[in-house]
Amino acid sequence: MIQGLIKTLAGAAVAGLFAGPLLAQDSKVSDEIAKYREALADGNPADLLEVKGEGLWSEKRGPKNTSLEQCDMGLGPGKLEGAYAQLPKYFKDTNKVMDVESRLVHCMVTLQGFKPEEVTRNWYSKPGTESDIEALVTFIGAKSNGVKINVPATHPAEAKMAKMGEYIFYRRSGPQDFSCSICHGQEGKRIRLQELGNLTTKDGAGFAMKTWPSYRVSQGAVWTMQRRLIDCMRQARWPEPNYLADSIIALETYLQKTATGTVMETPGIKR
Amino acid sequence: MKLKIALFGLCTAALAGSALAEAPGGKYAREAEQMFRASFRADNPKYWMSRLEQDETMKTCGEYRDNPPRKIGEKLEKLNKASIRYPVDGKLIGDWKEGEKLAAVGTGGHIGFIQPDPAGRVRGGNCYACHELAKKEVAYGTIGPSLNHFAKIRGNSDEIIKYAYDKIYNSNAFTACTNMPRFGLHSWLTPEQITHIVAFLMDPESPVNKD
Repeated sequence: MIQGLIKTLAGAAVAGLFAGPLLAQDSKVSDEIAKYREALADGNPADLLEVKGEGLWSEKRGPKNTSLEQCDMGLGPGKLEGAYAQLPKYFKDTNKVMDVESRLVHCMVTLQGFKPEEVTRNWYSKPGTESDIEALVTFIGAKSNGVKINVPATHPAEAKMAKMGEYIFYRRSGPQDFSCSICHGQEGKRIRLQELGNLTTKDGAGFAMKTWPSYRVSQGAVWTMQRRLIDCMRQARWPEPNYLADSIIALETYLQKTATGTVMETPGIKR
Repeated sequence: MKLKIALFGLCTAALAGSALAEAPGGKYAREAEQMFRASFRADNPKYWMSRLEQDETMKTCGEYRDNPPRKIGEKLEKLNKASIRYPVDGKLIGDWKEGEKLAAVGTGGHIGFIQPDPAGRVRGGNCYACHELAKKEVAYGTIGPSLNHFAKIRGNSDEIIKYAYDKIYNSNAFTACTNMPRFGLHSWLTPEQITHIVAFLMDPESPVNKD
């Protein structure tokens, strides 16, 4: 842990060094950004959150004074190894396709007795306000590090969700005529200097999905996939979908299905 | 027998073709639209929610994954061409320095409860997000073509000036379902602001053409 912290500090120092060359030629700039990422990946602040999440998972909490250790994330009660990589999936007990976050909230409500609005109040962290969900999702995600994403969407309800996600991916609206596909439907493009992945291919979707949850340097926080996609909607100048909305789970199902077979590298670190 | 096999092959090929051309969402498209619309808080202001409305162009482009058959594309282009409005004084070239500023501004227009733009935030054209323009700005995107030396290459005839104005006002008048926003149609930019960006592209003194 301490070693990780030292690496984080070293990473931050290296990041400072690389701030200068950003003004150089663009190919060089991409190289430098890649190096910057590499340096930061040595010590990821998300590691701290992962440890916090581990504690929250096994701690007896809520009105029922119970831990989350009997929570079934899709592989059986308490089985977390590889669980993140096979979500979203259909759950018989709720008759719904659920992602990691909706399933986690379900467990906090059913096992620990929390009210849904109580556990989701801080679904993302703000300066000075931490988020238990962020910590727990980082912990659960890390349990799939090195595991292949596996969302074949073979159950009819999953296949339907993936199709609905595809619909939303191509749907254009708003004062800029945006859709997800505008920026993420072609190969080798950039917005300003930020490289854009083609999320309609296995490689592109895999590269994007394998590193979530991810520490975002520009935000100084770990973002979950729900947070990531809801912010995409904001960037598209649309209203924000609700946290855990089916439309977000549908998009996740579509992307995870496309990314299936890619090895997870999480928690990640991004711009 | 051979004919039958050949016919079977043809049918299979046709089926495969139509499967590829299936609209996103397939048979669940309508349900997906309802699900998407049901994803938002009830207390969203009405004018925020209006941003989810789709005109014919948006709807059709989505259905064809932004690659409509030419006949449908032509129809959309005609429809969009008819939407273009011009400044009252008829002048299509404004101040290139103002245009340079607008080309760099990528803020504005964000709504929502988490991270909306503060009221009165300047809204720009954000041209550099997708296009190379002045050589000195290296942080440009590549979703659209390079526009460096725009007038140096194309000349500055009235036709080119009008083309630049029309394209920014409504990009779909030329290429249906292009990635480029329709800045004038949505009043994202005013006709006057568009003339400034046209000047940035056309003026021989503008860094787009000079450097």
